[in-house]
Amino acid sequence: MTLAPSRATRSAVGSETSRGRQPGGRRSTSTTAQSRMGAAFVSAYGLLLLIFGIVPAIYALWLSVTGPDGSFVGVDNFVQVFGDYRFIPAVLHVGLFLVVWIVALLVFVVLLALVVHAVSVRWLSTAARFVFYIPGALAGASSVLLWLFVLNPAASPVSGLLNALGFESFVQTIAPGNLPGVFAVIAFWTGAGGWIVIMYGALNNISAEIMEAARIDGANPVQIAVHIQLPMLRKWISYMGVLSLAAGTQLFVEPQLLSQASNGIVGNDYSVNQLAYLYAFQQSNFHGSAAISIILLLIALVLSAVFVARGGLFEKD
Amino acid sequence: MVKLQSRSATSSRTLRVLVAAASVTALGFALAGCTSGSGSSANGQYGFPEATQSSSSTLTVWVDNTRVAALDAFKKANPDVKVDVVTYDGSANGSNTFQTKMQLFDQAGSGWPDVVFSSQNNDASWASQTSNGKQAFAAVLNQGYIDDSTISGFSAGALDPCTVDGKVYCLRNDLAQSVLFYNKTLLDQFGYSVPTTWEDYQALGDKVAAEHPGYIVGSVGDSFTPEIYMWASKCQANDVTAARAITVNTTSTECQRMASLLDDLSAKQVLSQDSVFTPEFLQKYTGKVLAMPGPVWYSGAIFNSATALNVPAGQMAVAAPLKWGSDDAVTGNVGGGTWFVSSHSTNLEAAKKLVDYVTTSDDYQVDLAPGLPAFASAAAKWVAKQQASGYFTGDLSAITSSASMVWNGWGYPQFSQEAIWAKTVTPAVASGSTFSSLLSTWGDAIKNQAQVSGYKVN
Repeated sequence: MTLAPSRATRSAVGSETSRGRQPGGRRSTSTTAQSRMGAAFVSAYGLLLLIFGIVPAIYALWLSVTGPDGSFVGVDNFVQVFGDYRFIPAVLHVGLFLVVWIVALLVFVVLLALVVHAVSVRWLSTAARFVFYIPGALAGASSVLLWLFVLNPAASPVSGLLNALGFESFVQTIAPGNLPGVFAVIAFWTGAGGWIVIMYGALNNISAEIMEAARIDGANPVQIAVHIQLPMLRKWISYMGVLSLAAGTQLFVEPQLLSQASNGIVGNDYSVNQLAYLYAFQQSNFHGSAAISIILLLIALVLSAVFVARGGLFEKD
Repeated sequence: MVKLQSRSATSSRTLRVLVAAASVTALGFALAGCTSGSGSSANGQYGFPEATQSSSSTLTVWVDNTRVAALDAFKKANPDVKVDVVTYDGSANGSNTFQTKMQLFDQAGSGWPDVVFSSQNNDASWASQTSNGKQAFAAVLNQGYIDDSTISGFSAGALDPCTVDGKVYCLRNDLAQSVLFYNKTLLDQFGYSVPTTWEDYQALGDKVAAEHPGYIVGSVGDSFTPEIYMWASKCQANDVTAARAITVNTTSTECQRMASLLDDLSAKQVLSQDSVFTPEFLQKYTGKVLAMPGPVWYSGAIFNSATALNVPAGQMAVAAPLKWGSDDAVTGNVGGGTWFVSSHSTNLEAAKKLVDYVTTSDDYQVDLAPGLPAFASAAAKWVAKQQASGYFTGDLSAITSSASMVWNGWGYPQFSQEAIWAKTVTPAVASGSTFSSLLSTWGDAIKNQAQVSGYKVN
């Protein structure tokens, strides 16, 4: 961490000075052409981001500070939302889910990727990656439906395990205290495989010379993992953290389906996003709904900023 | 030097973003301006603002899968009316699709269907109200639009869920009051008599627990448990006193007597903790249901259904709702669909014809409808038809007579009582709490929900 800012500054300074030193040179022309090309590539994305990301966010911001008649009401909508008896519990639910899920994701994905990478039998490594990846092929809703059966002791193929854990009925399995774990397991199961494959790719990217040098110096696989592979995976890990945070704070499909499937035993106001949905479509309060969305956006931005800063995501190698 | 450059770059970028933001905001204001004014004149002859009428315009009708048969029958009987049938989930299981979609149409300022069937009975609470300055979705039906003779032909109390401040906003499709189902064959075999009071019922449960363990006299595992038991006990959990006011008192004697009955019989395991719609329930209790208080639609959904308990013909019978001691018998209600006409409809004449037909005609309500018709004359014929089918033993007059016994101290607010019970009571009971100990928690949850739904709580 102490190294990160200075290295960032160094590379920034370096590029500025090199640009300054060679005005009109051959390299500079190619850079200009490249950056033009880059801009062209980015522009398509930028346009979509503007239409589906920035404009709706600004519209939500506008809705969140106005009333039903369009007049400016300041922070009234935010005050109303904070005062809602469902808001704090929903924030806690999502927070707890995020902690369980992100920690599980960081630990197990990295661990499994290292293990798969260390397996020298080619077919075994390929097969393991394939098996890890399969659950990711199921879209969010269908994976939840599958888990509904797995979690119901009356229908589950692992009902013995559920009974051993003390769950005799579906209602007991989905008791409020178990839910963060349940949602984390579902999310991990669907999402982890893809990340393991990405981490595996990142591990392959580490130069063979460095690994060999470490081995010659007498480092064992654990030492190599801790001192070489982990530090070099740092960006990828924080990338995973940022994307997972963005997805996790928007927890919606899992509790919504579980709510329907359990006939409401899991409330339809479990997550913050569900609450925004209820505000918009049950209480016809689009302004309160927009306020919740803005709060969610801010939280996700702040948390992502932490990951970006600590993970050095935008540093140049 | 480097810093300066980058800062000026940043500030010009900021400026660009600000300009973009400002223009987008302006666009937003412009869009918002467009949505107001849906082209309807301010006053109509039937007590709601009418759109410009055209007798040739196509009726768009939203129904659930079960009600498609009603529309098929209507189209056959009225080939001159152009109907576009759209199937949706009927707003079932708290999906709230009806309200969600109408609000989006409100935002858009167009697109409303002409007639909507909802499987819920609390939609009048929002459809009767203007929301965010937008015209109320539901047309007023009892101020000249639907004939008085039709309105008065419904069973007493059948239109309560449709009535807000004396105005009727929907027509009821079917009734869903609770009665007492019992297995006459088993009851005779065990030598028990049919209970007529809740006290008798509790004594029956005690005897069953002692003499025939494994058999049950009811179920408390569903989200509509409060509507079967608490409503029938006159528990004041849901007393809607005005369009936006509700009185909640869940610790009254009426609530406590039922809670302690449920606790007693639950502890003795003669009340099922499983929902009647789960595989667990069928595994444990097929052939073991001695009695069960529940809505009239249990007959087709639970007892006479190959995929549920599948009780053979000639065993089940229906008794009148239970009462407390010498109190008047009252009962609860679980659902019962409703038909709405849109106040935005451009063909009110055809819409009227349609809702008249689907709610009152024998061709649909007697011959085809799966549930007890809300229209009194059709109900009598429907019950006679069930009697003739010979599934039930004994006479079915309890179904007809109980239709008007639904206690009117339990209202139909915008939020779902079932959702609150499912969330606060069911999981707590599953983990060992008693109903009695949960009464005040339950009441607080209702008050909270009522408040955020915009109700004044007393």
